[in-house]
Amino acid sequence: MKIAVCIKRVPEMDVNFKIAPSGKSVDETGLKWDMSDFDGYAVEAALQLTEKDPASEVHVISLGSDVVQETLRKALSMGVAKAVQLKCDAVPFDAFAVGSALAAELSAGGYDLIMFGKMSIDGANGATQFVVAELLGLPLVHACSKLEISGGQGTARREIEGGGELVKFSLPAIVSIDEGIARPRYPSLKGIMAAKKKPLEIKPAQLGEVRLTVEKMELPPARAAGRIIGEGAAAVPELVKLLQTEAKVL
Amino acid sequence: MPNVLAFAEARGGELRKVAFEAVTAARQVADQVGGEVHAILVGAPGIAAKAAALAEYGADVVIVSEHAGFTHYSPEATAALVADRVKGGDYRAVVFSASQQGKDLAPRTAAKLRSAIATDVTSFAVSADAVIVTHPGYTGKVVQTLRLIGTPAIFSLRPGAITPAAKAGAGRTEGATLSADPSAARVVITDTVLGDTKKLDLGEAPIIISGGRGLKAAEHFKLVEDLAAAFGNAAVGATRAVTDEGWRPHSDQIGQTGRLVSPDLYVAVGISGAIQHLAGMRTSKCIVAINKDKEAPIFKVADYGIVGDVFDVVPALTAAVQQAKQSSN
Repeated sequence: MKIAVCIKRVPEMDVNFKIAPSGKSVDETGLKWDMSDFDGYAVEAALQLTEKDPASEVHVISLGSDVVQETLRKALSMGVAKAVQLKCDAVPFDAFAVGSALAAELSAGGYDLIMFGKMSIDGANGATQFVVAELLGLPLVHACSKLEISGGQGTARREIEGGGELVKFSLPAIVSIDEGIARPRYPSLKGIMAAKKKPLEIKPAQLGEVRLTVEKMELPPARAAGRIIGEGAAAVPELVKLLQTEAKVL
Repeated sequence: MPNVLAFAEARGGELRKVAFEAVTAARQVADQVGGEVHAILVGAPGIAAKAAALAEYGADVVIVSEHAGFTHYSPEATAALVADRVKGGDYRAVVFSASQQGKDLAPRTAAKLRSAIATDVTSFAVSADAVIVTHPGYTGKVVQTLRLIGTPAIFSLRPGAITPAAKAGAGRTEGATLSADPSAARVVITDTVLGDTKKLDLGEAPIIISGGRGLKAAEHFKLVEDLAAAFGNAAVGATRAVTDEGWRPHSDQIGQTGRLVSPDLYVAVGISGAIQHLAGMRTSKCIVAINKDKEAPIFKVADYGIVGDVFDVVPALTAAVQQAKQSSN
């Protein structure tokens, strides 16, 4: 089985972001970067699907300037066989622009399965995989929290409010991956060494026409500082009073 | 005069609350551009009876498609149905809910139409040449204002972002011709598995009681469940540490990679307040934290904090809430 996983390099989220002077992006000063969370689950799920079959291969693809090579190398060090950088100065927000570039690269790849995280953790729009599926004419199962592939057939579970949906589909197909499927492995030292010798191809990104632009980025209004109203069960009457009279939620 | 199309989500033969939110949003856009609101309703035979309810929220036309293949959500046939309707009409915008279904259906439809798509939007406005929306990103830490170029603009609305508003629409009913047979789809949902249907969903509950590692064991979630039951209109959530331990299902996880919630009241029980978790609940209107460590970061965002042992404080709070509820009845 041949699998491609589309991954995105994003800032690590455990910081307080600042907005860049342009007002249209975050200030990248001092940010650390990594593979987007859901993409990490997708890479792990792909590796697990192919582990038992020596003829299988997992490739990763990412758009971006040369800094994205660090993220691609991480995937290689996890066990992926080959990486492709679709080179562009900046990754557009627009799903159609990005999806067109990915579809152009994926179309001749002969992949049985193409995987995505269900959305990137920065843009959080969750639409690119649908553009790729439409352009390639492939079935797509979105936000799989469970996935099994056997004999060219796939089954998956999608989470819905208060339950789940069980899904059946045939390969070749596209799936996007939700939380809960697999925790990504940490690259081993051996994996990191091996990754240095693995192929990383660089090609120009054939971006599609942009239909959506970022007008502005802002920080949400700050929360007022927290307040501790007391200690232990003795503070409960005061809490109940505040919930009734001040917050009016009881 | 361009119209606005809304997708009215139904499950198990009933309209969901998000259906009225989508129709209300479409009504607001239509009032800006001067057109009609058309709502699409699909479901198993019998769903047509629900069309009248959509008219009460401003639908001028309800396009109904009944088919046994719509008993479960049918992603491909539903997207094809919406896309065909858009191609055959003059629509300025198409509004979905960013429910779990809408997160699939809205971008699927947009891709078919090659239209601009913004998902999970919290506000929207129509200007002369574009639809402008706001969309939280970076785990809720940044608000992105997006411009959707071209017609129609397609967006999905975050559940709870607007309140459904009754406003009479003409409510003419039309049938829809299916171009794609739901029974012949490449992606087939074979079953919809629902948990306790009386249980409120995290995305819809006005109150969420959430438990963390401070509860020490799965069985102690009874404390959290009892407090939720005392409030009555509450759902139970959990941190990633808890779902990773298997104390609660992954679907209960609130945080960066789980559910993003903003209830009226969020009670954090034995939760330290890791950034990963705060990302999922920081927009809650009122936050209460109960934790034995007074230095825990959760107290920095909590409107009301109690420093103490959850095993003492939570049962006392449950009893006090029960009493408050009784005396108000």
